[in-house]
Amino acid sequence: MIARPIRIMEVCGTHTHAIGRSGLRSLMPPNIELVSGPGCPVCVTSQSDIERILILARRPGLTLCTFGDMVRVPGLTSSLERERSAGADIRVVYSAMEALELAGREDGREVVFLAVGFETTSPGVASLILQADHQGVANLSFFISHKLIVPAMEAVLQGGSRIDGFLAPGHVSVIIGPEAYEGLAIRYSVPCVVTGFEPADVLEAIVMLLDCIVEGRPGSFVQYARAVKPGGNRRAWEMLTRVFDITDAEWRGLGVIPRSGLTLKPAFTRFDAAERYPLPEMPSVQPPGCRCGDVLRGLIHPPECPLFRQECTPRNPVGPCMVSSEGSCAARYTYG
Amino acid sequence: MCLAMPAQIVEITGRRAQVTLLGNVRQADLSLLEGAEVGDWVLVHAGFAIERLSQEDARQTLELLAAIDDHAGTAV
Repeated sequence: MIARPIRIMEVCGTHTHAIGRSGLRSLMPPNIELVSGPGCPVCVTSQSDIERILILARRPGLTLCTFGDMVRVPGLTSSLERERSAGADIRVVYSAMEALELAGREDGREVVFLAVGFETTSPGVASLILQADHQGVANLSFFISHKLIVPAMEAVLQGGSRIDGFLAPGHVSVIIGPEAYEGLAIRYSVPCVVTGFEPADVLEAIVMLLDCIVEGRPGSFVQYARAVKPGGNRRAWEMLTRVFDITDAEWRGLGVIPRSGLTLKPAFTRFDAAERYPLPEMPSVQPPGCRCGDVLRGLIHPPECPLFRQECTPRNPVGPCMVSSEGSCAARYTYG
Repeated sequence: MCLAMPAQIVEITGRRAQVTLLGNVRQADLSLLEGAEVGDWVLVHAGFAIERLSQEDARQTLELLAAIDDHAGTAV
């Protein structure tokens, strides 16, 4: 029986959504707090990247392929949705593969794929770039905004958030393996449990975490054993490191986190949309009153943001935490 | 964004496969896996198979999905 307050953070948008949808928060005893961290790759895309993406979208003759949840992310004055209404050619895709197929079918157009996502997604994009390279595709490039989750978990811990345990992302861990969290867990004495996505998975993982916390056992453990193997998917990781270098990256709300993003290796520069098209450096500007940054760090819950449910709703989002259905604020708005 | 679904490989052509889940057929790219075969269950994320699943692992996930389906009354 633990009496003291326990804060458990999840860092995966799909976990945010699953916890919200299943009403798990309301089942927790009062001293256990489930906090959402920077687990939504759309939400942590920097304002600067968003503005540059919008510039790309406005280019005549360019087709921008994107995952659906980027479409309504607000920039300072526009969004991909708005640009689409104004005539930009923006196509929502389920897979980066579709961008390659499109480039082949429409060789008169310049196709750009908006590469957002954590380690679950980036190996597939790496594979696709290798395929495009092999096929000599000339009209396809990629706006790379991929990020790595473990540096962000470390940034949260360094930023003063008191976190007693992490629910680690299940499908990112399929790629990087559960060992990826061990260093962090030991250094900060914070147990990590790799968790599946059904409510039963999350409950089981919370129990495992509480056991670790009570027994003082920091380390990385696996609840989602049916998909996550020791060592992760080495082939996928090798493909990723063949195509990408690790670089410093700006995360909305968290600032620049060292070695937390991906950039194309020099051999693949011709696939880099940021090199191919003139894109100015844009400073990141937070909309006034928006506290997405504090929400992403787990410092406040969505209802503590003054804009929550006032100016900022899923229909009229001010910040990305409200736009993507996996954002903390959208999930809290929808599920309570 | 991390959403991945189990599916069974029904046909392979080069690095692409036809995979099926609960009657839905989709394409998946197999280049992130080695030695995947027709009949194998795989975990598919954004059009790429990212891991092999044992039949038992896939069955467990499918049962959880079906249980939610029953309760929620919505199609998966």
